[in-house]
Amino acid sequence: MMTRADDRGSVRIRNVSIVFGENTAESLALADQGRSRTEIQEATGDVLGVHDCSVDIHEGEILVLMGLSGSGKSTLLRAINRLNHISRGSLTVNCGDRSIDVAACDGKELKQLRMNTVSMVFQQFGLLPWRSVSDNVGFGLEISGVPKAERDARVADQLALVGLSDWAERMVAELSGGMQQRVGLARAFATGAPILLMDEPFSALDPLIRTRLQDELLELQARLGKTIVFVSHDLDEAMKLGNRIAIMEGGRIIQCGTPREIVNSPTNDYVSEFVANMNPIAMLHARDVMTPGRPDGRRGQLPLSASVTPDTPLSDVMAALARRDGTIGVIDNGAVAGSITAEDIVRGLTRHRR
Amino acid sequence: MDGWTDFITAWKIPVGRWGKAFFDFLTDNFEFVFDAIADSLKYLLDSMIDGLLWLPPAVLVLVIALIGWRIQKSVKLALGIVLGLFFIINQGLWKETVETLVLVISAAFMSMLLGVPIGIWLAHRPRFYTYVQPILDLMQTMPTFVYLIPVLILFGLGLAPGLLVTIIFASPAPIRLTYLGITSVPRPMVEAGLAFGASRQQLLRKVELPAALPTIMAGLTQCIMLSLSMVVIAALIGANGLGKPVVRALNTVNIPLGLEAGIAIVILAIILDRICRVRIGATS
Repeated sequence: MMTRADDRGSVRIRNVSIVFGENTAESLALADQGRSRTEIQEATGDVLGVHDCSVDIHEGEILVLMGLSGSGKSTLLRAINRLNHISRGSLTVNCGDRSIDVAACDGKELKQLRMNTVSMVFQQFGLLPWRSVSDNVGFGLEISGVPKAERDARVADQLALVGLSDWAERMVAELSGGMQQRVGLARAFATGAPILLMDEPFSALDPLIRTRLQDELLELQARLGKTIVFVSHDLDEAMKLGNRIAIMEGGRIIQCGTPREIVNSPTNDYVSEFVANMNPIAMLHARDVMTPGRPDGRRGQLPLSASVTPDTPLSDVMAALARRDGTIGVIDNGAVAGSITAEDIVRGLTRHRR
Repeated sequence: MDGWTDFITAWKIPVGRWGKAFFDFLTDNFEFVFDAIADSLKYLLDSMIDGLLWLPPAVLVLVIALIGWRIQKSVKLALGIVLGLFFIINQGLWKETVETLVLVISAAFMSMLLGVPIGIWLAHRPRFYTYVQPILDLMQTMPTFVYLIPVLILFGLGLAPGLLVTIIFASPAPIRLTYLGITSVPRPMVEAGLAFGASRQQLLRKVELPAALPTIMAGLTQCIMLSLSMVVIAALIGANGLGKPVVRALNTVNIPLGLEAGIAIVILAIILDRICRVRIGATS
């Protein structure tokens, strides 16, 4: 049951609840009545990890599970490879033409799932410090019994992919944090698993390195097209990386959508507070800030400084406006869709703050 | 005596007699088992001692110095070993030293053989450990003389009972430290093992044991030191070695002999400790 290199994976999470403790049935009943975590812990002594979460993770997308600490995002992530036991609900991993019911599968199937289909990157790296870099990268292959020669070849490929070829024989302790996490990434890629779980992989790194690794991840993703579930507590990171974002609070998913949907229509105060504190430049496009329609009389008097399409990133629009003062025309399929002035940009950047 | 004390002491709980009855039962019914154990241990220890004593002392000293140099990569240590052991030969205590060395190393080896698997087993059953802990405390705090008596009855005099008493006293150390080492493997490492599909065996072999190795090695060092501290007590039940001259010196108030044997024990302790010491950072 080896995974083929071109296999894609997807995950379907339906009404998954996770309870840590002895009185699962009782705690779930209380959770169904809408009781909070604290109330449930007082009543049964159990800790409600996540409650009634449903979300689909599509082939080749990056879904970010986002929330404050204790929101249940890591708990839900760990259900996908069953590091956390699923108390109720169903979780299906699809890969190629197979599908695995993670909540119910037996030990053998679970081992196969973990070896070939789902791999993981950890916040604290989870590397084995007594092993060299290449032995760490080859760890997953070693577990699944890949012969030494093939293992070495695949490890060399992965090290080249993350730019660590020169460090293969070093011990991991000699590497900086950013490099250690590249080793973690290479180890996860090495098994060829189509689904990648990333548990706040960049949170332990300093901001500069974090940004660089985010960019590298996006580059790798453009080439490899994995299905990635990424846990983060940082909305800017979520906006940058996520094709979609699921925002969690108190063990429940409260909103799931594209970054733009979340910025433009937060479902409640918790989400809008997150959104209010983020930097929106990276995810806004010309269409989000433009004034639609042909420029009116007043605008028409300003010189036209450039023309863009509706999908031009806002940062490019701003750069164009900084070069030459005036109005920017937004052209869609040859027709004027709208116009952008400096005021439009200021308004667009602050619109998400309510 | 007042009435209350009379009442309390009127029916003494026969703990002592129960214990005796238990050991009587063992000697009456299983004496052949204990004899067999004692004989085979004695044979094993005696042949090791004879083998080492057959070598010229200078050769053995060099071998030990080489082992120290190999493990710790330190010429200073090798020189120290040579000087210390030549001093012991000079004092005429070489035979006793070899006997003690064999006793201590066999006791430590067997304690590790028992202690490491038990420690691993307990580390995976943390609830059970709470029941085992008092037994380990008992093994280490019960005055040694108390279990010298039944061991003497069951196994007779000599090296074998000395070895067993030493194992009882020393094996809690590797059990505790193995347990500590395995239970304190960082959570992310264990999760990484599991996330890549490791079975329980693979997790133990490829993650838990290597991560716990420094702590387990600390258990070995402790075990050797505890074994060495039993040398004099083992001599009381007839085990040959450096304990013998100490006991003899005590009985005859012989200060020079006591001092010579005492210094030899200290030298041996320092050598063993330095050879086994885990260098900080060597394994990480």
